[in-house]
Amino acid sequence: MANLHPKSGDPKVTYEYRRKKNAEEMRMQVITFTMMIFFTVIAFVAVGAGFSKWFIIPFVLLLAVVQVIFQLYYFMHMSHKGHEAPQLFMYSGVIVAFITILAFLTIIWL
Amino acid sequence: MAAEQKFTPQTWPESPEQATLEGKNKFLGFWFFLGGETVLFASLFATYLALKDSVPSDTHAKAADLFELPLVFLMTMLLLTSSLTSVFAMYHMKNYSFKKMQQWLFITVVLGLGFLACEIYEFYHYYHAFEHKFTSSAFGSAFYTLVGFHGGHVVFGLSWIIALMIRNAKRGLNLYNAPKFYLASLYWHFIDVVWVFIFTVVYLMGMVG
Repeated sequence: MANLHPKSGDPKVTYEYRRKKNAEEMRMQVITFTMMIFFTVIAFVAVGAGFSKWFIIPFVLLLAVVQVIFQLYYFMHMSHKGHEAPQLFMYSGVIVAFITILAFLTIIWL
Repeated sequence: MAAEQKFTPQTWPESPEQATLEGKNKFLGFWFFLGGETVLFASLFATYLALKDSVPSDTHAKAADLFELPLVFLMTMLLLTSSLTSVFAMYHMKNYSFKKMQQWLFITVVLGLGFLACEIYEFYHYYHAFEHKFTSSAFGSAFYTLVGFHGGHVVFGLSWIIALMIRNAKRGLNLYNAPKFYLASLYWHFIDVVWVFIFTVVYLMGMVG
């Protein structure tokens, strides 16, 4: 059990420290969620307001990318330590995903 | 550290999902799977984008005729909120409060079922009001494959979470099931990641042509 509390020899102090850290992280999660809701509403409003599609398409795609970064790094904890392998896997996946979509849009789209 | 060992909030490890070798392996393997899922959905998105509005004649409905923003907005809110409630569940898992974790997972499941009901209504509506079918056009096939595959993921994710909740209802939390709950919540978040791109690429971009 000793290796589970590397920061302090006193289990009670460590326990309270962790509780506090978890609670602080939870506040961050709620802020993240609020921003995601906000971005979603903006994206829907932009489409509903009927701007030019050359503005709307890049704009909503940008909002989607930001939302997904929030989701991955905060909700899925990819910002935490020990997530090097997940980052490798996800970024590899994203590269292949990007190439696939690019190929389909340039070669097949007529 | 035995997987069935009893814990208290004080002795519960900081990252219970990775405290055992089995947990570490599951964590690594699951993220590898999610990388693969990213590629799978990319191919479906690419197909959809290439075949969007490819209909044999003008009598067939196109994307801008079909979609209605209020329903899509409601579905987005349901899924986004369920993502937050599963974060709450994992917060209580890390604090070793099993009951609160179960309660938040239950709310997550309810919101997920709400999303699913909306999607079933949506497909039913397209089929009957617009004759928009899987076999009626290349657009129809690409649309139902992409959105349906996501819906299938929602069904699987809900079944997974419900199975975990029922199976562990009397067991409480230990290092054997903590990784299971954690991975199910990762999967649920990934479903929301995919939905963010679906509502953007399919619905919002579909509305503007």
